[in-house]
Amino acid sequence: MNEQDKHIVPTKTFVSVWIVLLMLTAVTVTVAKADLGAFSTFTAIMIASIKAGFVLWYFMHLKYEKRLLKLLLLVPIITLAVIIGLTFVDVWYR
Amino acid sequence: MNDIAQTASPHKDYAGSKLGMWLFLFTEILLFGGLFLVYSVYRSMYPQDFHAAAAGLSVVLGTVNTVILLTSSLTMALSISALRRGNSRRSVLLQSATIVLGLVFLVNKYFEWSGHIHEGLYPNAPELLTRSHGEILFYGLYYVMTGLHGIHVVVGLVLIGIMLTLTMRQRITGADYVKLENAGLYWHLVDLIWIYLFPLFYLIT
Repeated sequence: MNEQDKHIVPTKTFVSVWIVLLMLTAVTVTVAKADLGAFSTFTAIMIASIKAGFVLWYFMHLKYEKRLLKLLLLVPIITLAVIIGLTFVDVWYR
Repeated sequence: MNDIAQTASPHKDYAGSKLGMWLFLFTEILLFGGLFLVYSVYRSMYPQDFHAAAAGLSVVLGTVNTVILLTSSLTMALSISALRRGNSRRSVLLQSATIVLGLVFLVNKYFEWSGHIHEGLYPNAPELLTRSHGEILFYGLYYVMTGLHGIHVVVGLVLIGIMLTLTMRQRITGADYVKLENAGLYWHLVDLIWIYLFPLFYLIT
């Protein structure tokens, strides 16, 4: 039981994260209007991943979890990266 | 049942509950990951068509729904903090706010989808079939991916509704809140997936 008694995240932290997420949303909408050519998709994915990181780290409490859980998250991420990477090797060099 | 089983307090495994929820969320990430894979391959094959088709989506509606989901994640996270500080009334209010925001998201989605359907842009529609191959694929993926996400929103709302009832009945308390936390994790995952869906469908330039 004692392990669940730790780390009540302060309201201020959550509200700050929310404001950052809203600002990043504004950035990604604004950047999408500017024509960055080949970089526009890359930029959109990067901003989305930063937002996802904030949601995982604070809202989903990962910052305060044990190392095991943090490392486990790498399993689906690496799996996906490998699947997508290998698929594109096939798509591009077929 | 013997006496010992009846008098002993039920076994709770906080870390195990949470780990189990995370393992389930990993399968959800891979489920949507498969769809993102299909999306990215077709987009790399038909970049112009995807660009043209995406112009038909409303950036304003997409942005509004993004803000709504992000805010609902905030109220969900705050409801857990409130409960853990012993303020279950505040937690109930924040959970209700999360549900309301989720419903508003779905209402927006309803208007968005019915708008497209009126324009004749639904799978296998005669109007859509006159368009290029890539645009047909774009709208197919749009309906499947935002549709599957929408189902997740509905499931999340039902889960939070159950948590709300349990909190009001004092079955979820500041001392035993792992159910609420796991429902919250699910809701944040729904938000997480939308964070990627939004730029990939609405913001193609």
